[in-house]
Amino acid sequence: MTDTILSVRNLCTEFTVESGTVRVLDGVSFDVPKGKTLGIVGESGCGKSVTAASIMRLLPQPHGKIVSGEILYDGKNLATLSKEDMYKVRGDKISMIFQEPMTALNPVHTVGRQICEVYELHRPDYDKDKRKQKAIRMLEKVGIPEPAKRFDEYPHQLSGGMRQRVMIAIALACEPDILIADEPTTALDVTIQAQILDLMKKLQDDNGMSIIFITHDLGVVAEMCDEVVVMYAGRAAEQADVFKLFENPSHPYTHGLLSSIPKLDSQPRTQLPTIPGSVPSLLNMPSGCRFQNRCDFATDQCQQTPEQTLIASDHKVFCWQWQTLNQKRAEA
Amino acid sequence: MAEPILRIRQLKQHFKLGGGLFQKKNFVYAVDGVSFDLYPGETLGLVGESGCGKSTLGKTLLRLHEPTAGTIEFEGQDITHLGEKAMRRLRQDIQIIFQDPMESLNARHTIGMILEEPMMVHGIGTPAERRERAKALLERVGLPRDAVDRYPHEFSGGQRQRIGIARAISLKPKVIVCDESVSALDVSVQSQVLNLLLDLQQEMNLALIFIAHDLSVVRHVSDRVAVMYLGRVVELTDAHTIYSSPKHPYTQSLIDAIPIPDPRQRDRERIRLTGDVPSPINPPKGCHFAARCPRAMDRCVTEQPQLITLSEGHEAACFLNE
Ligand SMILES: Nc1ncnc2c1ncn2[C@@H]1O[C@H](COP(=O)(O)OP(=O)(O)OP(=O)(O)O)[C@@H](O)[C@H]1O
Ligand SMILES: Nc1ncnc2c1ncn2[C@@H]1O[C@H](COP(=O)(O)OP(=O)(O)OP(=O)(O)O)[C@@H](O)[C@H]1O
Ligand SMILES: [Mg+2]
Ligand SMILES: [Mg+2]
Repeated sequence: MTDTILSVRNLCTEFTVESGTVRVLDGVSFDVPKGKTLGIVGESGCGKSVTAASIMRLLPQPHGKIVSGEILYDGKNLATLSKEDMYKVRGDKISMIFQEPMTALNPVHTVGRQICEVYELHRPDYDKDKRKQKAIRMLEKVGIPEPAKRFDEYPHQLSGGMRQRVMIAIALACEPDILIADEPTTALDVTIQAQILDLMKKLQDDNGMSIIFITHDLGVVAEMCDEVVVMYAGRAAEQADVFKLFENPSHPYTHGLLSSIPKLDSQPRTQLPTIPGSVPSLLNMPSGCRFQNRCDFATDQCQQTPEQTLIASDHKVFCWQWQTLNQKRAEA
Repeated sequence: MAEPILRIRQLKQHFKLGGGLFQKKNFVYAVDGVSFDLYPGETLGLVGESGCGKSTLGKTLLRLHEPTAGTIEFEGQDITHLGEKAMRRLRQDIQIIFQDPMESLNARHTIGMILEEPMMVHGIGTPAERRERAKALLERVGLPRDAVDRYPHEFSGGQRQRIGIARAISLKPKVIVCDESVSALDVSVQSQVLNLLLDLQQEMNLALIFIAHDLSVVRHVSDRVAVMYLGRVVELTDAHTIYSSPKHPYTQSLIDAIPIPDPRQRDRERIRLTGDVPSPINPPKGCHFAARCPRAMDRCVTEQPQLITLSEGHEAACFLNE
């Protein structure tokens, strides 16, 4: 058993919108293993970023709110932590990087100053020289050439890949326990993505942090993650060790996703397996299993919300029909 | 073999960048000497990283940009300098679909109006016939017929892409340029749209130029694949060979960079490119890839490798193949 550094329990998050309240996360639970990478994967709108924002307590105010559940870290429940205490955790113990570094970086400040600010906030005992020295060291760590010179440059002077490296330097400045990376490479070219993924793995090897890696790309999950939560419409559908998930996807949604990706070595110009239909709107969710209207295996039972079933160690699925799916696959 | 429907030769699109009166002028070499043939009913995939000139190439061959140099022939006719009036007629035959086709369209128009507009412009049918055809098109792309009375914002990304496809096929074109048409879609919906494109292509004997930055997706729908780097095609061959025996180091490193959805392969050997994707503003002499190429030689910096035929239907531009 690996140690858990952070535990999300039955998290429910709601937004107030014009037409009322929408429940965007509906009872999400997972454990982040210490020193390892947990992937959160799912299609657009399934609640990945809202999960991250809930953990970081960065939900848009006043209309976003954690309504129940717990986020357990270091003996505290982050879901109910005071603003002041959360201020100390964020950026020091738990940090985050985003898809578009340009929106997260301040365009009018040099990259050096933006790293130094983290130290000003969380390491008040550092003097100016020490902050600068530490910041340059961070830029070097994330593979920025000529770090002392880059220290004085502005974000717009850097390429997209370099900006993402700066974001990582800021996030890791205080050697956090947990890094939350929300689609950190989605906006980058594949060759640059490969560099950033390598960098993240190396930094994790060096300092033993845990990573929550959010992505919609199952290829990136397979490359990066140790454990995976597959989300669908605000709930976890399946959760497993990465090898088990890809070998034996046991939720019809996971199975459908995996088979609908064109593979590099697949037969060109053949019809791809698809998942019919699209994700139902949050305002119009079916009761019971949220995947039922797109599922080949749905029965009347699926009108009840699926319970969590442990089908192997490190492998949970939220589906009434997982055995039917596995049987079908064994026959095929 | 059939005659190509489209024949591109040494096509160039250089954009001039501002710069003062006495300053040296800078040029973006967005497309820098591209040649290929496109045959009826086939898909030519165009892949490469951002800024390599894919969209510019697509737009230039539709004459949405005036080419800097080179020729474009459609069905044997040189259309490189064709006047606007003659070009308008041709635009029935060559269509383009963008990443989100609705972005460029009037949000206050119903889907019916959006689909009927091209027919109206080209003077096809009566209003009642056009409406009927719009409904039939919607049905063909897998949407309800009553969608004609609804508005773009009422549809999901995948549905909007279907509407874009319906619009593109409404005039029964011979060629469609699909520019990142599925890139913004979730995989479960992407596969639906790819299947639809493959179906329609067969049904209508369409020739497609399929532009995307994702080689796995491009390979899946293409007969042949052209890999672009900084304005030039560096390799062109059939969809099998591009993956099984690439002959340009850039193609190989692109393949190596793609994450494979199978964790058992995560420790495979691969080439990692260092450095950034370079800028197409005043690119270096010689091979554009030389600065990042793990196998670059002295001459690659000074001399430009030409695209040469290595075997039937397989071309690459790299001195290593000599
Ligand atoms: N500020 C907000 N107000 C209302 N609804 C919101 C807000 N932010 C997010 N949502 C809704 O919450 C749901 C989950 O959104 P979220 O951003 O977490 O999705 P995601 O999984 O990160 O998707 P993507 O892959 O597109 O980033 C969506 O249906 C979205 O519309
Ligand atoms: N109208 C224009 N004027 C000046 N430069 C342009 C113009 N259009 C494109 N460019 C430049 O030409 C180069 C090629 O751009 P293009 O949009 O064709 O690339 P692309 O391969 O489609 O990239 P992406 O994958 O990001 O869509 C880029 O450097 C771009 O900035
Ligand atoms: Mg998101
Ligand atoms: Mg483009």
